Amino acid sequence: MFSRPLLRFVPNGTRINFMRGRFIGLATSAVLSIASVILFLHPGLTLGLDFRGGIVVEVRTQGSADFGQVRAALATQHVEAAGVQSFGAPDDVLIRLDAPPAASADHEARTQALVDSVRHAVATLPGAQVLRADAVGASVSAELFRDGMLALGISLLMILGYIWFRFEWEFAVSAVITLILDLTKAVGFLVLTHFEFDLVMVAAILTILGYSTNDKVVVYDRVRENLRKYRTMPLAELIDLSINETLSRTLGTSTTVFLAALPLALFGASLSSFAWVMLFGIVVGTSSSIFIAAPILLLLGEKRLRRDARPPR
Amino acid sequence: MMYYSRLKLASVVAVCLLGVLLCLPNAMRQPAPSVPWRQIHLGLDLRGGSYLLMQVDMNSVTADRLRTLADGTRQALLGAGQGYRDVATDAHAGTVTFTPRAPSEAEADLKALRAMPMAVANEFAVAQRPDGSIAITLSPEAMRLRASDAVTQSIEIVRRRIDATGAVDPEITRQGDDRIVVELPGISDPERVKHLLGTTAKMTFHMVQDSALGSAIPGPGISLLPMMNAPDQKLPIADHVDVDGSDLTNASAAIDQQTGEWAVDFTFDSVGARAFATTTQANVGRRFAIVLDNKVVQAPVIRSAITGGNGQISGGFDAQSATDLALLLRAGALPAPLSVIEQRSIGPSLGADSIRAGMISLGVGFALVIAFMALFYGRFGWYANVALLANLVLMVAILSLFQATLTLPGMAGMLLTLGMAVDANILINERIREEVARNRTPLAAMQAGFERATSTILDSNATALLAHIMLFAFGTGPVQNFALTIMIGIVTTLFTTLLLSRMLMVRWYARTRPTVLPV
Repeated sequence: MFSRPLLRFVPNGTRINFMRGRFIGLATSAVLSIASVILFLHPGLTLGLDFRGGIVVEVRTQGSADFGQVRAALATQHVEAAGVQSFGAPDDVLIRLDAPPAASADHEARTQALVDSVRHAVATLPGAQVLRADAVGASVSAELFRDGMLALGISLLMILGYIWFRFEWEFAVSAVITLILDLTKAVGFLVLTHFEFDLVMVAAILTILGYSTNDKVVVYDRVRENLRKYRTMPLAELIDLSINETLSRTLGTSTTVFLAALPLALFGASLSSFAWVMLFGIVVGTSSSIFIAAPILLLLGEKRLRRDARPPR
Repeated sequence: MMYYSRLKLASVVAVCLLGVLLCLPNAMRQPAPSVPWRQIHLGLDLRGGSYLLMQVDMNSVTADRLRTLADGTRQALLGAGQGYRDVATDAHAGTVTFTPRAPSEAEADLKALRAMPMAVANEFAVAQRPDGSIAITLSPEAMRLRASDAVTQSIEIVRRRIDATGAVDPEITRQGDDRIVVELPGISDPERVKHLLGTTAKMTFHMVQDSALGSAIPGPGISLLPMMNAPDQKLPIADHVDVDGSDLTNASAAIDQQTGEWAVDFTFDSVGARAFATTTQANVGRRFAIVLDNKVVQAPVIRSAITGGNGQISGGFDAQSATDLALLLRAGALPAPLSVIEQRSIGPSLGADSIRAGMISLGVGFALVIAFMALFYGRFGWYANVALLANLVLMVAILSLFQATLTLPGMAGMLLTLGMAVDANILINERIREEVARNRTPLAAMQAGFERATSTILDSNATALLAHIMLFAFGTGPVQNFALTIMIGIVTTLFTTLLLSRMLMVRWYARTRPTVLPV
């Protein structure tokens, strides 16, 4: 343990013919991504407080939560909750209110005033305690949403620009297409799990994109190196060689990031859904480097990157 | 590549030791006040507290200025003996317009108006329009300046008001053009603060225009203002401000000796006292209105000139509202109304839960990564683990040095950094392994490993950095904190992997000269 490694992912000289399965990989990815887009359109993402606006109050009650009692207390303050539900522990209650319609002139003031009404209602419950109370007005939620989308969009463009600058355009384009496919799958995952889509999720998705890019850069770097080294090798074979040579590293790094994010998913309290999305993204990002980004590079680069070689079978 | 000078060695070790030193303040108490002591601040999500995002009402800043400009216009024209009709303000265009008594008087009007005092150079322009009316237009430049001043001034007033409530370590910062962020650690129910900040507390003294009493449309320069205790009842109040409440030196809540009700006693400064004396002297027998935020608190009849500079406001206060009004008057009026547009508050127990969750995750995640590296990379894996520990120490050190705030997403950022950091070591080790498989000598294999892996390491870190710069630029609060820790983590990762762990490997090689590498 202190000198030679005890375990290895793949032995030296592993040669798996990934490119043979390239159409299966692309087709699987396309199906998953199309399914995700359909899920995105219907039922769609559950928007979190950041992007939807409104009020969320988390309450810890004494003993097991009695939803009827909570609703009755809210009714005395003339508050009609959109949802009273349990979350986490049995004595925790989540009270959710929609923001007043943005058309009314004083909707911001009313949104903020509602929180106090909920607090007053909770104060009438014996032993109940407000854990968290958030109120986001309509103007702020619209801005946060716009900023979140801008951050995503500009990041994608910058990644495209960076890879373009460092490699040939075939690499950049196949990376960004792959990233967009990764992104749609993450969105599908969010829809299926009902995780709330908020700023923290944007952070998770951006981290996944950064990580996934990193993974592709390592493979591309090797492809570029091998393009110089093996002047006549067909591109399919060359890409396969590059993936195999970097396979140990790809799996190793994916594992360490996975291991780092795992405890966060299990014990990370409010960040647990963030971490689950990360874990999903790590798996998707790693497999897409091999099964998506490389085949697309092969399709795009077959003619251009390897003019003097035979076409792949 | 395979040699490290003593100086370089010493500097790397020194940086790591400095890192340990900088971490210490987070773990112990400051021994003496003279010792520099910088530590990480816990974010509101970890220690509990409230976050309020407030919007300064810029329209009212313009409207206020136009109202005083219209008042000034009337005074200037009256002073010059000129007549006028139809004084109107247009907040959207930023203009005050009126029609001269006769077209022939326009020149004299323009002359009188151009002599009006300006708050800043070229604050407004006076011009005659084709239809014969005269417009006084505020310059956009001056309005921007005024708006910016209004925010700066609001921050100051907000700070004074919050300090008066006894809040500990409040953070008040500007955000964008017209917003103020207020962070209140330890205050998990911000209701009172919201109430205090939501009150403009602009107090002014005006004459009641009893002649206009009962008419639905008051004359020019008169507004119908509601009574504070009876909003349906309205009084005609002159727009002209006789005494400004900002000329107060003190205000306190007290019980009125005669009625036994709560009231607010106040004292004017010399300017206010003089204005108060002159006004009351000239208007004995008339009604004098105390107006707070466009509501009439009370409108007593002036019985005699008040020259002492003291006054009292009563109007159905209780102990809390009298205390709050006194606090607001002492702190000063906000230049424009503030409204809360986002609030987040976290109770202390949830904060404690989050700290525990963050620490457990960090500990378990760190242990898992260390175990993985040891199992899969042996000796070189342990060198990576030493670098990983140094990485964690340096991240904490840098956060402490900048007295940065750490949130739960920030802790997640540290954890993910640790997961990603070993990537560099894995790249190097895998490369060395490949080179060994190609029958290179240990020295050549290590050299090739370092050389080839470096550009890959830089590339992969650069792309991660790009994504997080965007997140930092567009994110807010906790998400920014996440991006910040990752960005710091990328820098410390480059240091610990490209310098520290590589140095450990090289020194081990130089010491033992192995014939077979442990890969």
